This record gives sequence, structure tokens and C-alpha cells, in this order.
Amino acid sequence: MLCRKLLGRCALRKGEVTLQNVRTAAHFTYLPQTPNPALGDTTKLNMFQSINNAMDIAMEKDSSAVLFGEDVAFGGVFRCSLGLQDKYGSARVFNTPLTEQGIIGFGIGVAAAGTTAIAEIQFADYIFPGFDQLVNEAAKYRYRSGNEYNCGGLTVRAPWGAVGHGALYHSQSPEAFFAHCPGLKVVIPRGPTQAKGLLLSCIRDQNPCIFFEPKILYRIAAEEVPVTDYTIPLSQAEVLREGSDVTMIGWGTVVHVLLEVAQMAHDELGVSCEVIDLQTIMPYDSETIEKSVKKTGKAMVVHEAPLTQGFGAELAARLQEECFLHLEAPIQRVTGWDTPFPYIYEPFYLPDKWRCFDTVKKLVDYM
Amino acid sequence: MTNFGEEATQIGSARALKFKDVVFPQYREAGVFLWRGYTPLECMHQCFGTSKDFGKGKQMPVHYTGAKVNIQAVSSPLGTQIPQAAGYAYALKQRDRDACAVCYFGEGAASEGDCHSAMNMAATLDCPIMFFCRNNGYAISTATKDQYRGDGIASRGIGYGIPAIRFDGNDLFAVYNATKAARKLCVEEQRPVVLEAMTYRVGHHSTSDDSTAYRSVDEVKHWDTVDTPINRIRNYLTGRAWWDETQEKEFRSNARGEILRGFKEAENTKLPNPLLIFDEVWDELPVQLQAQKDELIKHCMKYGENYPLQNHEEMK
Repeated sequence: MLCRKLLGRCALRKGEVTLQNVRTAAHFTYLPQTPNPALGDTTKLNMFQSINNAMDIAMEKDSSAVLFGEDVAFGGVFRCSLGLQDKYGSARVFNTPLTEQGIIGFGIGVAAAGTTAIAEIQFADYIFPGFDQLVNEAAKYRYRSGNEYNCGGLTVRAPWGAVGHGALYHSQSPEAFFAHCPGLKVVIPRGPTQAKGLLLSCIRDQNPCIFFEPKILYRIAAEEVPVTDYTIPLSQAEVLREGSDVTMIGWGTVVHVLLEVAQMAHDELGVSCEVIDLQTIMPYDSETIEKSVKKTGKAMVVHEAPLTQGFGAELAARLQEECFLHLEAPIQRVTGWDTPFPYIYEPFYLPDKWRCFDTVKKLVDYM
Repeated sequence: MTNFGEEATQIGSARALKFKDVVFPQYREAGVFLWRGYTPLECMHQCFGTSKDFGKGKQMPVHYTGAKVNIQAVSSPLGTQIPQAAGYAYALKQRDRDACAVCYFGEGAASEGDCHSAMNMAATLDCPIMFFCRNNGYAISTATKDQYRGDGIASRGIGYGIPAIRFDGNDLFAVYNATKAARKLCVEEQRPVVLEAMTYRVGHHSTSDDSTAYRSVDEVKHWDTVDTPINRIRNYLTGRAWWDETQEKEFRSNARGEILRGFKEAENTKLPNPLLIFDEVWDELPVQLQAQKDELIKHCMKYGENYPLQNHEEMK
């Protein structure tokens, strides 16, 4: 089985993976990462637990912080808020009526008053009633008032991305809509360790942040996560696997597909791929990806969201501007098709390992 | 997603409508579809996403599309159908002054901004629409006390200048009579009406929910045994000797057989041609999308063994 083949070859990687607890999902394998020893003791957490832990830490250290949204009181539909109402009380952890425009507008107000607001939207697919509040209000709150006011204490969290059977309205990746709006930050973790550190950064960051949580990873991504209060800086990409031939850029779930493809490329083509997790979509770490593409000369950006006007378009534009003379092939994008996210056709829709592998071949064979 | 406990709200109201009354559903109105002639087999084709699904396997289970029964397609976002129904009702005025639009939604969806907009527009623009609220006590885990503080949804009608009626949603005849009366007002006076059916969601919100996490088993049991629409109508019928246990047994056996046969048939029906992904995004296929379609064809020619092509109709 491919899973076992990969485990056998894991020793070739930079010591980032363990052989324990590998969970294979529909189209990728989650390989738990080895925790940073400098962060001390760890405990095994999956991604909804690590998010729960981040919010617990945030609310303990910041006595103003409130968490609200639909169904968060009993623990949330994905259990991210389990136990938090019991611990912090119903004045700080509470259900709202069913209204996304209300939740986000209300959250802006909470933050404007100086209270840290963690607003949960039940699925990223349902964030759109709040689009006006996010784009016209949250993003511009500081700018339009000459910095007299701000809603930096607002963090909006939402489950995001393909889950195997989500279809049109439980699978969307809407990061591109928000990356297009100056004033917002958009952050997407690839697993439990990043989720905790990045979410704590978002909550403490003094700008309205949107934190998209890859829902397919909530349960199946589990690893040893440091128990301490730690943050991962925003606007910093991470190179997960060094390579010299092809730069692969992704975020969230797709990072795990890319890691698998990088190994396939090594084993079957003798091609060395560099895999980069962008982590913060906006403002993004251009320096890291430019440095990589200048080294390899061949780049591919991969995302589940549809091709046209997806965030890959921005990265491709930037990379060709900054790395033009280093490029040996056009920058490739491997993405969802320009259609709504279809139910029974999901295996044919996703930018899976075969489409990514074929793109690696296309890049190296270009000249 | 199930409809347990809300059968009377669906069947009673559907019975009181004319077929030409367009229905805008939320997602818990399967009985309205069935009443009008959508078959259990057709439901199953949709749930399995087969090539016989009217929606061509694009949407997740129970998101039926019902042109055959004059019911608009179900979509997951809540409340979005409400202003659409008001607009459709307005357009109906141009065509048929004996028809209305009927929009179903839960008391949770009624908290969405779209509901406020729709009601206010329907009132100011004299739209022949019936706003049918299934107040079933819960929006996933959120009980009505956390959904609103006013007197339910019916009382909001007054705020908009819309006549409203509240009734026992588990009494099949009450639902029928209320809907019938509301429809008469709606169509004769070409104006909106708010209907609030008081009922109870016996089942979990969906297969992803376990409602024991937020409500007591005893509470559910009451609504599943005592105040349940099916038991109540059964008692009424058996009390008049119009129904008995023998007929019940036979009916259940036949229904079960039909369901299981349909299940098997849908399960063994091929899924649609994968290239249908690209169809019907726009009315016609743009050049860029044709190129993506070609890309998928080429990709499957090379890597097809990695895809469940054998479950689908031929890729062409």
C-alpha cells in the first residue's frame, strides 16, 4: 500500500515525520510532525482539540475575551469549543441567534470596545452574509477613522475546504475573496500544531483576522502538540521540505498532498521538490516563495478553490514579476475547476496527487 | 436529514396548496415533495447522487430539485430562499392571480437578515407569498429561548403589516385549515401572510449531530410518543374505525418494501458521467471551461486507474 511505501521512505525526509499514527484520508495521508523540543512538554491532540486549547489559553490569559457563534455553547458542531462555556461561563462563551451578518457585525462592535472577540461562523460557505461587515467595516475600521478606532481584537474562525462529501455548501475555500481586501488578515493552518500557534497569533494580532480551519483535518490530523502558550508568527511561510528542482506552494489540506507528491517525484522521477506552506494568505510572505523560485526556476501553486481569480493567480503574478529571469517554465496552478464544488464528482474535482504529480512532470519536461 | 415529528406541517400544508403554487423549501420538507409526486426512488437517486438524480449528482443528500413538482431546489444556506420567494411571488402577479409562492423555513432561519428583508419587501410590494415557519424548537443545538425573545415568528408579521396565524403544527387538520385560510387571503388580496406551525424536531439535526448532547432523552420521547403528528392522526382515524392495526401492518410492510427496493436500485445505478462537472455553470460552456474539461479528459486517459471511473457512466 502506498501508505507503507511512504513510511519506509520517511527516513529520507528532514526528520519532520514520525512513523506513528498515520491516518489515510480520502485523497491524502496525514503524517504527524515531530514537535519542537524547545517548546517543552507535549500532549497528543487532534486539530479540533488544539484549536480548543488555543482558545482556552487565550481566554485564560485575556479575561475580556469572548467566544460566540451558532451552537458554540454545547461545544460546537466540530467540538472546537467543548468545555469552554463550563469553564468561562455563559457571559463569555455563548450562542448567538442564526445570523452571520449579525455575528460579524456584533463581533466588530465587541472588538471596537476593546474586548477580544472570537466569532465562529459554522462553515466558511456561510460567511457571505457577513461579507459587507468584513470588507466594508472590519477591514476599514482603522483606516477610515485616522486610527481613532480599530477592531483589531476580532478573529473570525470558520471550517474550510473539502471534506469528502461536502458538495457546494460544505466544501468551499473562500480565501481569495478576502485576500483581495486590504485591512483583513487571512490565515490557514495545515495541522494541529500550526492551528494552535497561528490561532493564538490571530487572536492577539491587532487586526481583524479570518482563520480558516481545514475541516477534514479536525479529527484525522493528530500529533504531539506543545502544551505551553506558543505562537507562530503571521505572514511567515514555512519550507517543509527543501528541494532544488521544483517549488510547490500550498496551504491547509493540500500541503499534505504536496508532501506526498514530493516524495513520489523523488522516488519515481529523481526530482527534488521544495514544499512551502504559505500559512498566512494575506499579508503573505513573498520573500520566502521568491527565494525558492529563484533557486528552482520552476513553480506550482496548488489550491482547492477554483482556478480563475484563486489566490494562485496572485502568487503567479507576483512570482513572474520578481523571478522572471530565473523561470525555466511558466508558473503552473493546480486547482479546483471553475465550477461550484460538486458532490459525487469530488474525486475528479480536487487538485489531487495525480494532477500534482503530472504537473511536476510537465514542469521538468518543459524545456 | 430527517423529518421526524414534522410530518403534519408538511403534508397538511401541501394538501392545502394548488400545484401551481411554487414552493421554496429549506431542507426539512421532504413530505411536500412526496405529496406532490416526487417518488421515494427519485429521492434515493438524489441521495446517492446517481445518473438518475434530477440534479445530476451535484448536491449533497436531501438537496432535491423539484421542477417536476413545482418545488425550487433545496440549498444549504439558511434563509436565502425567503427573499427569492418574495420576488418570485411578485413575478407571479404578472402571470397568474390565482397562484402564490410558499416559502418554508425554520425558526432559526428566521433570524437571518434575509428573512427581515423578505418580509418587509413582501409587505411593501404586495407579494402573494405565504411565509411558512416550522417552529420546531431547535436550530441544531440552539433552543428557541436563545433564538429570539419575542413571541415567536408569527408576532413579527404584525411588525411588518403582514397578517399572521399560529397553529398546532402537529395537528394535521389544523395545519391544513390554517394553510387553506391563509392561501385564500394571500391570493384573493394579493398580499403576504405569515404562518407559524408549532412543532418539534424529533430527530437529530442531521447525521452529523447527536442531540443527546444538548437535550434530554425524556423530552424527545414525549414528542416521539405523545404529541406526535402520526400518532395523533392515527388515533383520530382508528377512533372512527377508519383505520386499524391490520391496515397499518400492511401499509408499513408495503412501504418498507418499496423503500428497500428503491434503495437497492439507486445503489446499483451508475453515477453520472464525470464530465457533467462542467455543465450548467453558465447556460453555455465558456472557452476557458472547455479547456479545463479537455484537461480532465486527458488526465483520466493517463491516470484513470486511480479514479472511481467504474462507478460512473462513461466519460464522454
